[in-house]
Amino acid sequence: MRMTVSSASDIAVAETFAGIPAMLGRAPDLVVRGRMLSCECLLGPIDHPFHVSIRDGVIVDMTPAPVLMRSWRFAFRASSAAWMEYWQPMPRPGWHDLLALTKRKEAILEGDLHPFMTHLQYFKDLLALPRSHRGEAA
Amino acid sequence: MNGAIEPIVGRYVHAGIGGENHRIYFEENGAGIPLVCLHTAGSDGRQWRHLLTDEELARHFRIIAFDMPWHGKSNPPESWDGAEYRLTTARYAETILAFCRALKLDKPVVMGCSIGGRIVLNLAIEQPRQFRALIGLEAADFQAPWYDTSWLNRPDVHGGEVCAALVSGLIAPQSPQAARAETLWCYKQGGPGVFKGDLYFYRVDGDLRGRVEGIDTAACPIYLLTGEYDFSCTPEDTVRTAAAIKGAHVTVMEQLGHFPMSENPAQFRRYIAPVLDQIRNHSKSDKQKVG
Repeated sequence: MRMTVSSASDIAVAETFAGIPAMLGRAPDLVVRGRMLSCECLLGPIDHPFHVSIRDGVIVDMTPAPVLMRSWRFAFRASSAAWMEYWQPMPRPGWHDLLALTKRKEAILEGDLHPFMTHLQYFKDLLALPRSHRGEAA
Repeated sequence: MNGAIEPIVGRYVHAGIGGENHRIYFEENGAGIPLVCLHTAGSDGRQWRHLLTDEELARHFRIIAFDMPWHGKSNPPESWDGAEYRLTTARYAETILAFCRALKLDKPVVMGCSIGGRIVLNLAIEQPRQFRALIGLEAADFQAPWYDTSWLNRPDVHGGEVCAALVSGLIAPQSPQAARAETLWCYKQGGPGVFKGDLYFYRVDGDLRGRVEGIDTAACPIYLLTGEYDFSCTPEDTVRTAAAIKGAHVTVMEQLGHFPMSENPAQFRRYIAPVLDQIRNHSKSDKQKVG
């Protein structure tokens, strides 16, 4: 197994993340918003993120890290607790936005932020997709 | 409601600011105690349109919202040569006072949100006797920065999109979708570098730590209200600030974020109407004392 997870919440978060490409496939408006975006990024739990390949707004590959010599432009990683809170249908104050998570030091944003900032709302909405899909993703 | 016309009236007033004439757009409705409303950084007076059309409040208050120069329908001054816009504390306070003078307002109430809330604290420190009361929404003496403002104005990033996307997280998730979209639309429409220029006041020039303790609430009552979902100016920031001001009133507003008046007007009304009632009653009892 290439990925090791240590707790039930880590497993739940990893499973939910694995479902995001399919959720994006059912969100055509979001794909349109990302139509000019193609990049490699690292998204997910701090210790067990995924390499995500985006082409024209579509996730074409998502593989658990680490992958030998795979590069990425930016990374957004958060604690499992932060993802669970962020995905609540009505998240609590301070847990409801990606940059609220970085401000409270529950998430780390690093690398070349240009693709993240040019498509900030895309990434906020992409990573919030499990809010409306919790039942089917869990 | 085809044909319905709102009671808001919009006009331009000329005001001298920094030794130069400025053509300031403002909207108003109602009669009574002048209530001047200040918009947030990078937005404009449209944020106040729901308060402006509040029939009950307009019976007792002359509600006025103006667009700061460079914002909304208030253009940059004629002398502008394209230099980077930067709002300073001195220029912001001067603009508010010049606007109030131009309209000959008698001891207005000033209510500001975000940078408007911060400058209200400045007014309380420096000019308390000119105002009947001051209301700071999402206001604090200081708050920790959470992003690099250089992203707001660079040729390779769409300014409107990035400004709106950054502040979108400051809106409470309970806010109605239409009100959320309208709040963000103002950010998408801002001029290049204007949001960033406003934040110069917020981030660099407007630190009031160690100064708010001197505010005299007997000279001018002060009310601070902050939304629980505001992670830019957090409830903790506001409560800390209020604790340093003897006699300040402080409220944490549930299910609201950084733009209470525009992101969820009905929820905001539950909090602001009692404050305005209190100011009105205080104003009445002052008049009786004088009489």
